Amino acid sequence: MGGIALTLLGLSAPPALAGKADDTLNVAFALEPEALDTYKIAGREGLILARHIYDGLLYKDLDTGEIKPALAKAWRFTDPMTMEFDLREGVIFHNGAKFTADDVVYTLNTVLDPNYGTRFRIAIDWIEKVEKVSEFQVRIKMAKPFAGAVEMLADALPIYPAAYFKEVGSAGMAAKPVGTGPYRLVEMTPGIRYVFERFDGHYTGSPKGKPAIGKIVVRTIPELNTQFAELLAGKLDWSWRIPPDQAARLASRIQIVNGPIMRIAYVGLTVTAKGKDYPTKNLLVRRAINHAVNREAIVKAFAGGASQVLNAACNPKQFGCAQDVATYAYDPAKAKALLSEAGFANGVDIEMVFAAMPRPVAEAVASDLAKVGIRVTLNEQQYAAGVQKWRAGELPAFFTNWGSYGTGDVAFIISNFFGGGADDLVQDKEVIDLVTAADTAQDRGLRQENYAKALKKIADQAYWLPMYDFNINYGLSTALNFKPHPDEFARWWLSSWK
Amino acid sequence: MLPFLARRLIVAVLVALAVSMVAFGLMFVAGDPAVVLAGQAGRAQDVEMIRHAYGLDRPLPVQFLDWIGRALTGNFGTSLYFNLPVATIIGERLPVTLMLGSAAFLLAMLVSVPLGIAASLKPGGLLDRAALLLAVLGQAIPSFWLGLILIVVFGVWWGLVPISGTESWQGYILPVIVLSYYAMPALMRLTRAGMIEVLGADYIRTARAKGLARLRILMVHALRNAVLPLVSLAAVQFGMMLSGSIVIESVFAINGLGRLAWESLLRSDLPVVQAIILILSLIYVTLTTAADLVNAWLDPRLRSA
Repeated sequence: MGGIALTLLGLSAPPALAGKADDTLNVAFALEPEALDTYKIAGREGLILARHIYDGLLYKDLDTGEIKPALAKAWRFTDPMTMEFDLREGVIFHNGAKFTADDVVYTLNTVLDPNYGTRFRIAIDWIEKVEKVSEFQVRIKMAKPFAGAVEMLADALPIYPAAYFKEVGSAGMAAKPVGTGPYRLVEMTPGIRYVFERFDGHYTGSPKGKPAIGKIVVRTIPELNTQFAELLAGKLDWSWRIPPDQAARLASRIQIVNGPIMRIAYVGLTVTAKGKDYPTKNLLVRRAINHAVNREAIVKAFAGGASQVLNAACNPKQFGCAQDVATYAYDPAKAKALLSEAGFANGVDIEMVFAAMPRPVAEAVASDLAKVGIRVTLNEQQYAAGVQKWRAGELPAFFTNWGSYGTGDVAFIISNFFGGGADDLVQDKEVIDLVTAADTAQDRGLRQENYAKALKKIADQAYWLPMYDFNINYGLSTALNFKPHPDEFARWWLSSWK
Repeated sequence: MLPFLARRLIVAVLVALAVSMVAFGLMFVAGDPAVVLAGQAGRAQDVEMIRHAYGLDRPLPVQFLDWIGRALTGNFGTSLYFNLPVATIIGERLPVTLMLGSAAFLLAMLVSVPLGIAASLKPGGLLDRAALLLAVLGQAIPSFWLGLILIVVFGVWWGLVPISGTESWQGYILPVIVLSYYAMPALMRLTRAGMIEVLGADYIRTARAKGLARLRILMVHALRNAVLPLVSLAAVQFGMMLSGSIVIESVFAINGLGRLAWESLLRSDLPVVQAIILILSLIYVTLTTAADLVNAWLDPRLRSA
């Protein structure tokens, strides 16, 4: 169907230059953005919009990997569990309020309160409390050593205006968000339409810089074919998550930019589940699974773009993602031999649930496994249902993906799956100790070393079948300069017209 | 008539409540809303926290009674997804749905009823065959396909109308056409069949024998009896148009109640789903009640039934 529409679209006139003429970046998302109180949302769309409205204490320049000062002009660890921040003076919020230490203290202490309902505890559960030192100085007392602290403070924990936040609460922030960011929200129909204007009062010296584009209009257009029509008709400047085959067809008509992202696909294999004795408990079976799947062919056929096959249980773009681990080349004969050795000469049956993954990819994996005698019962489920079954130990194999919160540090992936928590159905004591040591150390060398050891053991023991990393195709107007980043955060403040 | 009306209204409210109760229970069967809300990056501890923060750890009957209690005072709670009052969210989408559904219904009736009457006058004639071809096409062409073709031709090639959204009234043109086109075949066929049947009845022959004008026979004597089943079907069709064709709303990026219901279901936004189900079931029951009343007015024999 998309093909027919695209073919028809191909007969149309050349696209106009969309919003360049009126300096308006026209954006389309397929999914509706959530409420713009960053602390309560999980979806990427809402988080992208929020980063245009709000600023954090720090900022990570993804191009250089450097952490830069943002609302804090300087910071330091006064002891391993205490951070101090010198705040920037002369910053104002979109409502005209002056930014001071009170805003930092009130915002962070409020969202720390369990009753507030902050969505991802991982973002804040390392903070014990925030104290005011002076009007432009604050202190963060840590609740536990957490290597990802600085990473989290870089834009993931935005600062709200204390007086306004106190008055309107989370719902008020969602209804009328106010921040210090480079754009201010001037109009909103929740989930449907958002209009942003460049905030002329944005503080000088912001690492986000002064945006080149004056206005942004974001709309939700769920149907991709409709998005393509809008792009080709010159009414849209930016859209994303365009499937590889469609991107190839559109490439001659609009600008297609491809970029790798932090998200990876993997198959989790259950080793320990109460009362269940899955074949995946057997190391030889797990290794056979790793040898049986032709990941190169699958990546080539389905992922396209910048995607690549993975060996370690993380994304190579992340800090600490050691690549010096055991690799399992596609070798069906070896997989069969390993199965025989494991006592499954006549093959073995396993159930694999897949969620948030394309069905053809899951079918390709199952088909490869079947070729060596691993008969897979394939079930597609919503992510929530699948992960519930996984956590309950009711699944030997779960094929899905993980985005690490878009964060370039392995702490945000292997700690979740191998750190001994509810998602860890391996429960390898040695790996848990290594991951915990790495997670809580400040020394980067020591962290890297421990993560590397953990990843090596994970690969040796074939606890996972790491599949591939994802890439995103962006469909852009030919008049737009836009650079994609691997954390799936569009930075329109860096965009400009050609 | 009044006791009849009162009885129907009470039934309407009870049906709406029963439907809401079933829908409420089904949402939990489909998966733990707390896990859905936590999203794909949510860890087990995040899920626990969300379950508590949103009161999802309370017994189901307590949650339902809490909701009913508030709903009766007009408070549908806060959307878990948008963190805004449900009434605000629905208030933004309901007018779009009413506009789209009403316009499509009106267009469908304006085209299909006269066409059905015209086709019935000469069964097997050229007009009849053309009308039937239109009906077959209407049933055979998927609405998303028709929608996309219209978008390409009128939106991209000729640039006559907006491709998506309803920021201007022109944005309604294509979705109204597609939505009404989908409803036309059944309405047209039923009008045609009803008219053919009635036109062969004895009282029409009598009317003709009396020398009454043809138009008067058609519109007063025949149509009044032929439309009885049409009224019931039209009520259901109108209800379907108001509950929104999710496909059409998706293709044209129209933010009506249908799509809101579907997406809220997927993201387990309980308060929104409950409110929409209540509203839509009330709309359905109201429409079918109205159809019964219209039929009772058209055919006095039904009033005593």
